[in-house]
Amino acid sequence: MPDKSSKLVTLLFVLFFAIVLPAGHLMGIVSINTISLWGRYCCFAIAALGIDLIWGYTGIMSMCQAFFFCLGGYCMGMHLLLKATALQGQELPDFMVWNNFSSLPAFWQPFHGFVPAVVLALLVPAVIAFVIGFFVFRSRIKGVYMAIITQAFALGMYLLFLRNETKLGGTNGLTNFKAVLGFDLSSSNTKLALYFATVAMLCISYILCRKMMASKFGKVLQAIRDSEPRVGYTAYRVLNYKLAVFVVAAVLAGLAGMLYVPQTGIITPGRMSVTSSVEMLMWVALGGRGKLKGAIIGALLVNCLYSLCTSLFPEGWLFVLGVLYILTVLYFDKGFTGLFDKFAALLRSRRKAVVEGVPSPHAENTRVSHPAMARSSEGN
Amino acid sequence: MLLEVNNLSVSFGGVQALNLSHFQLEDKELRVVIGPNGAGKSTFMDILCGKTKPDTGEILFNGKATNGLTEVEIAELGIGRKFQKPSVFSSLTVFENMTLAARMKKDVFSSLFFRMTPAFKKRIVAVAERVGLAGVLDKQAGALSHGQKQWLEIAIVVLQDPKLLLIDEPAAGMSDRETERTGELLLELSKEHGVIVIEHDMHFVRQIANNRVSVLVNGKLLMEGAFEEVRNDQRVIDCYLGRANAQLEKL
Repeated sequence: MPDKSSKLVTLLFVLFFAIVLPAGHLMGIVSINTISLWGRYCCFAIAALGIDLIWGYTGIMSMCQAFFFCLGGYCMGMHLLLKATALQGQELPDFMVWNNFSSLPAFWQPFHGFVPAVVLALLVPAVIAFVIGFFVFRSRIKGVYMAIITQAFALGMYLLFLRNETKLGGTNGLTNFKAVLGFDLSSSNTKLALYFATVAMLCISYILCRKMMASKFGKVLQAIRDSEPRVGYTAYRVLNYKLAVFVVAAVLAGLAGMLYVPQTGIITPGRMSVTSSVEMLMWVALGGRGKLKGAIIGALLVNCLYSLCTSLFPEGWLFVLGVLYILTVLYFDKGFTGLFDKFAALLRSRRKAVVEGVPSPHAENTRVSHPAMARSSEGN
Repeated sequence: MLLEVNNLSVSFGGVQALNLSHFQLEDKELRVVIGPNGAGKSTFMDILCGKTKPDTGEILFNGKATNGLTEVEIAELGIGRKFQKPSVFSSLTVFENMTLAARMKKDVFSSLFFRMTPAFKKRIVAVAERVGLAGVLDKQAGALSHGQKQWLEIAIVVLQDPKLLLIDEPAAGMSDRETERTGELLLELSKEHGVIVIEHDMHFVRQIANNRVSVLVNGKLLMEGAFEEVRNDQRVIDCYLGRANAQLEKL
């Protein structure tokens, strides 16, 4: 029964994003900007999958995922900027001219090609995550200390990227992109294609993550969360497992960032600030930790709410998020998906009770809580 | 000789927790270690399985020194540890718990591409039957009773196929019936593995002590001998009575 309903949710999800939204656009109901917006949310959902792997499943709180997201974003941004510069017949991107650069910095050179840029967008986060993870996990840093160290690292990188000397555009970041693979970024067809690419990558990432978590590898990760010493005494090298999942999470974040930049048109260090990383954790916490669907739903729902709130009452967004977070911690620690499961179970027991002709003790509860369930299933 | 320990000592913050001049264990021997609280019994096991590093001394396991090895390397050599507080993977099912434990290649890639075979499944079911968990294989480990968790942890250790089992207070918190079953299980296991058991419950010790019993007091080995011999030893009685533990008297 739960398996069936979960498959239904997946199917509805894919139907909605792959067919209903684009069809709405073609019929003129949904604007291309809305499509692009949802494309960006889907990028966040990919990054959230990575966070769920490392935090929800393995229990390691990494607070530098936004940095990995930006690494992917910057790699793609550098490529797009070089292309735009070439289109305008200039030799150097504008910000370099303003900063009196005489030539293109050496580390910009590989980003002339699209394929190297894509490879680097995935490789750079992976390598950096490997190095950081190796030292952090080898020193057996965990829990709060892990959160603090990754947070400090994210802050350091943020400050580094703010500087003009880093040669990545400083505070203003990279912008003024024109085309990707020769297609005009401002045309709605390109936007639609990018949206489809993102949804496809989200589906592929989800399937791969699911396979990974269903394998023995995923079970070992959960075992590390439950009782790390026991895993060690059972002859698993915990360090390797943590490293592997940290790298996978970083690659997912990089992939998300890479898809995000052409749809947004700008990448700045602001995206990698500590608050962005915390926000990413919130998506997963609100959506439901330890459930891949929860991560996706959380990312989409929170960002959707964010857009709604900031246009309706710009000052109030943080309050809304804060209240939601407190409610989650207090009353539904498994997030939206946990809430959904709970009500599904309640409904089932009530239906069973009705069939057997016995009044259910939960009947009252279910009725009262119906609106909440309707709300959470909307997001599916 | 399965295990030989010489001049093992460790101290925590100036307090000598263990100072063991000599200890040895034959292959397929079941040894019970008793002693009052703070005698260094658990510390001894912590050192054997690599959790605690000794200050001095050597441990020879099958003639090979284990000093300086990590807990994973020691586990691979064939020493399995069951902790005093049951530590199982509470969010996984009993079957998954046992699958993870079973002896096999345990690197990341082998785990990613691991496939369950019927033979493997059979082996897990066999061990589950042995420890009395065959009926709850699909249950979440966190939902098991305390006694069942203890058995599950024993199963986890047994599935690693170790030559030496270190079992810390297996009967703690168990009912009389469960305790007796645990005793039978340990006796059976000692036919195939070397086993060291730490225990407080003297009824339980009498049930399983088919060979020698070692008494640790203040980190030192007070005496070794058969259960009756140890029970009637005045020094042993004194050190237990000194701590208001009349259990030995009652027997």
